[in-house]
Amino acid sequence: MGPGVGRRAFISGGAALTAGLAAGAAGGRIVRAESAAGQPPNVPDWSRYLGAGVDAVPYGAPSAHESEVVRRTVEWLTATPESSVNFTPLQDLHGFVTPNGLCFERHHGGVAEVDPADHRLVIHGLVDKPLVFTMDDLKRFPPVSRFYFLECAANGGMEWRGAQLNSCQYTHGMVHCVQWTGVPLKTLLDEAGLKPKAKWLLAEGADAAGMTRSVPLHKALDDCLVAYSQNGERLRPEQGYPLRLLVPGWEGNMWIKWLRRIEVGDMPWHTREETSKYTDVMANGKARQFTWVMDAKSVITDPCPENPMRHKGYHPITGLAWSGRGAIKQVDVSLDGGKNWHTARLDTPVLSKCLTRFYLDWNWTGEEVLLESRAMDETGYVQPSIVELRRVRGRNSIYHNNSIQTWLVGANGEVENVQIS
Amino acid sequence: MSRSRKVAFLAVAMTLVAAASAAALGGERYGLGQQASPALIAGWDIDARPDGQGLPPGQGTAADGEAVFVERCATCHGEFGEAVGRYPVLIGGSDSLASSNPVKTVGSYWPYASTLWDYIHRAMPFGDAQSLSVDETYAVTAYVLYLNDLVAEDFVLNRESLPKVDMPNRNGFIAEDPRPDTPVGTPCMADCKGETKIMFKSKPLDVTPEGESN
Repeated sequence: MGPGVGRRAFISGGAALTAGLAAGAAGGRIVRAESAAGQPPNVPDWSRYLGAGVDAVPYGAPSAHESEVVRRTVEWLTATPESSVNFTPLQDLHGFVTPNGLCFERHHGGVAEVDPADHRLVIHGLVDKPLVFTMDDLKRFPPVSRFYFLECAANGGMEWRGAQLNSCQYTHGMVHCVQWTGVPLKTLLDEAGLKPKAKWLLAEGADAAGMTRSVPLHKALDDCLVAYSQNGERLRPEQGYPLRLLVPGWEGNMWIKWLRRIEVGDMPWHTREETSKYTDVMANGKARQFTWVMDAKSVITDPCPENPMRHKGYHPITGLAWSGRGAIKQVDVSLDGGKNWHTARLDTPVLSKCLTRFYLDWNWTGEEVLLESRAMDETGYVQPSIVELRRVRGRNSIYHNNSIQTWLVGANGEVENVQIS
Repeated sequence: MSRSRKVAFLAVAMTLVAAASAAALGGERYGLGQQASPALIAGWDIDARPDGQGLPPGQGTAADGEAVFVERCATCHGEFGEAVGRYPVLIGGSDSLASSNPVKTVGSYWPYASTLWDYIHRAMPFGDAQSLSVDETYAVTAYVLYLNDLVAEDFVLNRESLPKVDMPNRNGFIAEDPRPDTPVGTPCMADCKGETKIMFKSKPLDVTPEGESN
């Protein structure tokens, strides 16, 4: 952190804000101490003295003043950090692309450190010719680049039984969106030649969890990619370097990282991650098993608990919407807990299976507001309320909570995660 | 590049594309990658399916598995699968799935014994994966099944007997995805609901980590 002050110091210091709003907002971001020396009419140091030369930071990093914009974990969620999750700071991001270093992480056996020279992808099973590829082989196939969101099926899973985490990052941060580059999985399967009985494939990671998921062949041949790049550079280690499976629009657990093997078969494997985990227990005790699609969802990222209201007057409400079924068609925002809705402006481009940024102009007069956003996708699917979801699925599902988020904006500007009737 | 050289280059390139297209008729589009030998595949082909495909020769009993489990597994899962701290519990949970607190264990939830074998073989012990022998894997699998009263202590688990183990929640899963399961279509825009009450507030719980950097 630079010359600013930590949030705790800020809270105890009780610095004065416009109209005294949101001074102690829980989860609120830093408000930095200001220094007259850096402001007009004075000439700040950075305008007088030379700055760092080129190559001072060969691989660039964010400004030191942005050190609070980081992934964060909830330690009480899991037994160990190697089989755990952290969260993308959606509340600090703009546009729809997630910077590589802020893409949330979910590992089951830690981050595998794979030497690309030794990495291999094996394709075998119900194929005419089993093949083994080096990374150089894979990069010689015709590449494609696509923007896709990736969301963990458990995003929002802590909120099934009630509002729990008072944070946009922790309630919605198991999603990110980058531009991926790689090879269509169909190209690789065609190279090996599928046998007529082929219906499923098993994708397996090279990590210490040996992560495996069954993927139906129709999806594999539709839009799955085998990616080696994100946002123009090679995959980050925590995102599966050097090779990852992409299953666009479907739950993140299927996007096998450190992809080492694809076996083609005629039935699903019923691996641990598609039986004991990533299955959705309904109120009657039965569990939905193959619920792959991530349904349409949205969240307002400003204001939110981390971004309290600091000023009355004009404020552009903004957030993100996405759907695993296709492109976002419409996002509506409510200021009264879902009674009346106002259609938001979608920022372009609006891409299929991709985060979409929305805005709504707002003039806040200091009243208490129940703020919500509701996404609809091109298939006509409408994001449900948590009440509607609980009515059909109960409270034990853990996964696939795509319900409307309610933020309570208080008269003092603080924003709280609440659930309403 | 001069124009004439460009033309010549293009001609060569087109010849190459034509050759590649011809090769595609034979089933190889780009000719990339090497044929994977059975020996190469065997080293990595570690999965097992419910019908037994992938289970290797070998065997073990719960009696054999107890010592291995106590040495290799109990620090996280407890000697009887009761779990230590937040590590996964392996036993109990019968008749809990429809309750307000479902306990999803091998006995109460897992539909196939093959999944247990596959997972232990590929990912356990946590931090030393793929270190158990095939016989040890059968034995530890048998021990976990035994802790759940699903096999007898001397039941010999092998590639023939494992797929036949009767798992209590075998029929507890719905394979087809019934979604969308909430109203779709033109969304209501005005006067959509009556009075709204706040049912849950997150702040009083006070379980949100403080926002300082990791």
